[in-house]
Amino acid sequence: MYDPTVARLTYRALLGRRRALILFALPALLIVIAGAVRVLTGADDQVASDVLGGFALATMVPIIGVIAGTGAIGPEIDDGSVVYLLAKPVKRPTIIFTKLIVAIAVTMVFSAIPTFVAGLILNGNGQQIAVAYTVAALVASIAYAALFLLLGTVTRHAVVFGLVYALVWEALFGSLVAGARTLSVQQWSLAVAQKVAGGDLVTSDVGLPLATVLLAGVTVAATWYAGQKLRTLTLAGEE
Amino acid sequence: MTTIDIDHASRWFSNVVAVNDITMTVGPGVTGLLGPNGAGKSTLINMMGGFLAPSTGSVTLDGRPIWRNEQIYRKIGIVPEREAMYDFLTGREFVVANAELHGLDARAAQRALATVEMEYAQDRKISTYSKGMRQRVKMASALVHEPSVLLLDEPFNGMDPRQRMQLMDLLRRMGDEGRTVLFSSHILEEVEQLASHIEVIVAGRHAASGDFRKIRRLMTDRPHRYLVRSSDDRALAAALIADPSTAGIEVDVTEGALRIQAVDFGRFTALLPRVARDNGIRLLTVSPSDESLESVFSYLVAA
Repeated sequence: MYDPTVARLTYRALLGRRRALILFALPALLIVIAGAVRVLTGADDQVASDVLGGFALATMVPIIGVIAGTGAIGPEIDDGSVVYLLAKPVKRPTIIFTKLIVAIAVTMVFSAIPTFVAGLILNGNGQQIAVAYTVAALVASIAYAALFLLLGTVTRHAVVFGLVYALVWEALFGSLVAGARTLSVQQWSLAVAQKVAGGDLVTSDVGLPLATVLLAGVTVAATWYAGQKLRTLTLAGEE
Repeated sequence: MTTIDIDHASRWFSNVVAVNDITMTVGPGVTGLLGPNGAGKSTLINMMGGFLAPSTGSVTLDGRPIWRNEQIYRKIGIVPEREAMYDFLTGREFVVANAELHGLDARAAQRALATVEMEYAQDRKISTYSKGMRQRVKMASALVHEPSVLLLDEPFNGMDPRQRMQLMDLLRRMGDEGRTVLFSSHILEEVEQLASHIEVIVAGRHAASGDFRKIRRLMTDRPHRYLVRSSDDRALAAALIADPSTAGIEVDVTEGALRIQAVDFGRFTALLPRVARDNGIRLLTVSPSDESLESVFSYLVAA
């Protein structure tokens, strides 16, 4: 199911591109914000939760997920170099699964670690807030990577759609329409975080059992479908 | 012995027909797929390479369907036309990755790099390669598993004459070894030099098939049209029409010229200056009016 060569090509492509700069810039921004907030307001559990929930989990994690998830396959399909992967006796689901693992790992490294560090800066992991949001970021990384990998496989405008989903659907609709929150990776991962933190600083609109089912379901379904799409990927050529 | 069978295959993209009911068999040896740009060569090669499903008909390799059958790539090597590769890798890293994806090791990659004579630049990044070097590394990536079928889409594009000769030698050698080599080109001379068998595609249709002598003859035997201006058009017309090498002459009064249709190319080109001299007529303009590649090819379709 896992092909080390595909993995190597994928992560080198992901980190070798200019887009990768965002992977470094956003976490750096989070750390800077956390530092500034700590200096200005001191250690405050509510503020820590607001920063981690409002910026780290709601904005940074999905954007990192878009870049890693779509970037793991989209550019290869766009420029046609995916031919070199496809013209091989390697099962298509294996290619997708390997790319998913890489996308998840990259998303986790660039979102969960900075979230944890920011949490430590903000309130020294008081009330388990840093750990709770780190767990949320880890969980969200899996679902985002799978979703955006699928998006990168089926459309050339994956980055745009990905950002629209992440920012418009989850942030805007999520705050206006209660129902939209049920269909939100962010809320599902918050449900897990709520369980970890225990208190009432971290809350989700979705119950943990439902959130777990939806996270697993979305991840599996998106990965399976991306594998199917790759089997019938057509290359139109340049004529 | 590996054979690709294309059986009444068509492929359309929404309402544009790119490949129209083509039936052909590509066997061992070097086959040239000849046709003008946009004729459907790439579409056909993409179907043979498993990157495009035929809309109708079938494309099979030794009887097994190629579409959605990744095991077929144990036998097929593909050299795509598009430039994009993993530019951030060195040539060696790229070919090694291709070998690994076939379950082979770096030795296979090294052999392929030696075959295309790219060892000298193998440790440079692909992004620094010239077009010809890219082409050779692509070639190496297609050869790592010593495939019995090699498909190349416009492989000579952008190559200098020396690189072109090297690649031709290599492909010829592979054909002689009994591999099935198919390459596409829109340049007759290229195909003529290399291919023992030629398939001509025009506007999505299979126009002609045969060895290069047959194709060459079809092309030179077609009616040629000339535009001729002279000091006495009518006298010249009268003298030319007496000879069986011309099929028709129109006196174009507005242009002040003759439009001549010649049926016997060799004979007509010898006849015209002789007739002019014998009749004391000065030839002012002699220009072929339909020498574009497209018109040559479309004649073949009609034939």
